[in-house]
Amino acid sequence: MSDINSQAVARYKNNFLREVEERVEDGHWVKMCMQCGVCAGSCPFGPHWEHSPQKLFMMIRAGKREEVLKTDSMWMCTSCYNCIARCPRKLPITHIMHGLANYAYRLGLSPKGQPNQVIARIFWNNAIKHGRVNELTFSLAMYFKDGIGQGIKNSLAMQGVGLGLMKAKRLNPMEILGGHTCKDKSGIAKMLTKAREIEDRRRGLA
Amino acid sequence: MAKKQYAFYPGCSSQKGASASNFLTSIKVMTEKLDIQLNEIPDWNCCGASIGYAEGGELPRLVLNARNLALTEQNMPGMDMVSGCPACWLSSRETAERLQEHSSLLAETNEALKEAGLNLKSHVRARHMTEVLIEDIGYAAMKAPVVRPLDGLKIAGYVGCQTNRPFGIAGESFENPMYLDKMIETVGAEATKYDQKGTCCGGALAFSEPEKSQKQIRDIVEAAYDSGADMIVTPCQLCQANVEIYQSEINKKQGTQFKMPVVYYTQLMSIAYGGSAADAGLNGQLIKAEKLEKIAGK
Repeated sequence: MSDINSQAVARYKNNFLREVEERVEDGHWVKMCMQCGVCAGSCPFGPHWEHSPQKLFMMIRAGKREEVLKTDSMWMCTSCYNCIARCPRKLPITHIMHGLANYAYRLGLSPKGQPNQVIARIFWNNAIKHGRVNELTFSLAMYFKDGIGQGIKNSLAMQGVGLGLMKAKRLNPMEILGGHTCKDKSGIAKMLTKAREIEDRRRGLA
Repeated sequence: MAKKQYAFYPGCSSQKGASASNFLTSIKVMTEKLDIQLNEIPDWNCCGASIGYAEGGELPRLVLNARNLALTEQNMPGMDMVSGCPACWLSSRETAERLQEHSSLLAETNEALKEAGLNLKSHVRARHMTEVLIEDIGYAAMKAPVVRPLDGLKIAGYVGCQTNRPFGIAGESFENPMYLDKMIETVGAEATKYDQKGTCCGGALAFSEPEKSQKQIRDIVEAAYDSGADMIVTPCQLCQANVEIYQSEINKKQGTQFKMPVVYYTQLMSIAYGGSAADAGLNGQLIKAEKLEKIAGK
């Protein structure tokens, strides 16, 4: 168990709702859920959620800390914003799901190797390295996330699509050399480090 | 007439050699005919998109977007920021609104921005290109430059998610938005009755959850065929890529024979305004939009 996780357990004891309210993005909205289930019925990946947002909200209130933070449910969010648009209580459900996923990840409790967690990490790190996403290195990193053997298999399976995109000038093999980049890369890196520092301090994760 | 000026945020996917580079090609004729001048924000950065949250967290994500807003304020005072990409727009607008609403978040953001030598007052409005076309230009003015109406073309208007939710276009419904259909009709084509206009294509998860996403994409393409459409048109770069690219995968795995072109509304406008197939970036299609090319060749 990570240190920040045991510290969180010690600090909040059985009050998981308070922990979520204080530490999860938009977590203070959780108590507003009236359990109507519209979010559960609106999600395009609904059948793939072990627990729907509606259930997660009730589980948070019931103090089911481990079950909530260890599930892969909120990692199924495609960010379609159907639930936000339809929620009669106007809960920013998409943001709460993102916030829960991020918090579980930071505590080291989220399921290891969960593909959407992997893509989130690869995407963010790719984007901030040069300030702009390099679609070629991003795609390759995704294909090779489960090792070289699987990577070659994935690349071969998608070879036709890749060549088609290159022919259409929508994928540039030369991006492997670095590609598009921001001029002030170091400024971007510094400001993001600072932002993380401030947020961790505020959330008690520092 | 003086050109309408905007600070332009192209976004990563629209850059040269990237997956939506033909989108950027296709807006040239449109902006020229509609007297719109897009001024690229100097040294703009990625918005973090919808998937960056897990690694990025809240404040770093807001700060990333605040940098673009600050660059706009500093270099293009008074101008609205416009993006063609729904993810760029959503992230920028969400950031702008949250920072305007919460002074403590704005203070934290500025503490971080200082590291990059920037400061944000947070006055900038972040807007989507379709929003600008509808609100600042209007359907009548969008129709005026049409010299080559897209007669006989039947099009399924696929709005997707993030152009439409959570912000959307003022006065439109989340469940059945009509603006894309109206834009299709403005350039002389027919908008089909398409029941998947707001269905999610899987977004970034098309990459990490291919099977689950391809089920969504199959519905989106199938409904376009069912509606009698010759092609799908969308305002979203990721929708375009996912719905076009994965048709061949679905065909391979499920024995379908999908070959439904997926184009941007800007490509329709470019052709209707007299642009060539190359002006409209039609050479960037994986599935050729033959009927549109034919009209362009007239």
